Amino acid sequence: MEKQLFSPAELARYSRHLAMPEFNIEGQKKLKAASVLVIGAGGLGSPSLLYLTAAGVGHIGIVDFDTVDDSNLQRQVLYTVDDIGQSKALTARDRLLKLNPHIKITVHQEAFTRKNALEIIKDYDVVADGTDNFPTRYLVNDACVLSEKVNVYASIFRFEGQVAVFNGQLADGSRGPNYRDLFPDPPPPGMVPSCAEGGVLGVLPGIIGAMQANEVIKIITGVGEPLIGRLFLFDAASFTTRVLKVPKNPSTKITELIDYDQFCGIGINEPRAVQTISVQAFETLRKSGDDYQLIDVREPYEYDIVNIAGTLIPLGNILAEYTKIDRTKKVVIHCRTGKRSADAIRTLEDKFGFNNLFNLEGGVNKYAEEVDHTLSTY
Amino acid sequence: MKINILAFGIAKDILDGQTKEIELSHGNDVKSLKQTLCDTFPEFSKLRSLSIAVNEEYRNDDYELKESDEVVIIPPVSGG
Repeated sequence: MEKQLFSPAELARYSRHLAMPEFNIEGQKKLKAASVLVIGAGGLGSPSLLYLTAAGVGHIGIVDFDTVDDSNLQRQVLYTVDDIGQSKALTARDRLLKLNPHIKITVHQEAFTRKNALEIIKDYDVVADGTDNFPTRYLVNDACVLSEKVNVYASIFRFEGQVAVFNGQLADGSRGPNYRDLFPDPPPPGMVPSCAEGGVLGVLPGIIGAMQANEVIKIITGVGEPLIGRLFLFDAASFTTRVLKVPKNPSTKITELIDYDQFCGIGINEPRAVQTISVQAFETLRKSGDDYQLIDVREPYEYDIVNIAGTLIPLGNILAEYTKIDRTKKVVIHCRTGKRSADAIRTLEDKFGFNNLFNLEGGVNKYAEEVDHTLSTY
Repeated sequence: MKINILAFGIAKDILDGQTKEIELSHGNDVKSLKQTLCDTFPEFSKLRSLSIAVNEEYRNDDYELKESDEVVIIPPVSGG
């Protein structure tokens, strides 16, 4: 019977699993018969996909719409410099099939949205959430609850990671707590920085993503005690760990998928718009010979990555150094993508009454992409 | 009553450190602790889900705190 299920090559490949009394051929059969959907092939997805593939999960789905960027390689260990600019999901599939040709991988090269969520999820037994924003986190959670799937959750921030098994099946057939039992309401936009904004230690998603894969394997095989109804917290800086019990919240009701951007406050109470200048118009201004001033509100290390010769005043110093900004001519202010420079302009207008400030739309990244291709993006 | 707080995530930034001693001024339950935190550090009032775990378990607002309790604040994080 086993010989039909596993080829000799597979039996040799998985021999270290087969040797474990708690795991053995029964655990390996369950892995082969299982399907796992990994949403997000980034910092967490890289290690979790590698280990789920190596372990022999029979069918793995990968959802990611994004392409590989050089700044991903500090932690997204699935990819190499040769992959920059390529689709993450497709690149991941090719890399993973080289690691384990005995499994099947399905690529969903698209954003995970309320329109496709239930349709994608329905073909999988377990979901692993490695997404990078609150609206998608709530969407993954609600889609798992509505589809009666287990959501193996992991999330990271700077030195800290969280892992939990949400909507896990309990012995009596009922479901354990989900993400909304823990965090009923999302924080307001901008309050909790993303990895891009707040930074993350590169090794952290390696640690936390491997733990996430471990929970997925436990759920599939029934080996051990999965983190159902518990939240694991890890602070790599202080090596503090905590496992906290999470009860169900009787007021949590999930009946349908909703507009998650609206739920997370995105697009509502957005700060007021500022005057802008497109990268093309800025290039015309540069070449025109007209007098203007260019201010760069990024950090010094960012200036060293790429700069367009602006005067460097990091956003945090803008109040102290505002006298460096000219009031008599056109002033273009930029950052990496245009967000911090808009904040700087609002502050300068509110506190000091400037009316000659223009935000470079899309920042230095867009300028590099659309005007000067010799510049790098990050 | 004084309570020792262990903070994670953005709460660490708001409290400017991982641990903080908080003097409860409204009462001794979790709700009073949240109120004191929001009064002393207004940034907390912006976080709509301020979850408090006491002795390794999430607690409701009416849970009564004791001085020796281990109180942990875990705001959500979204990075992946």
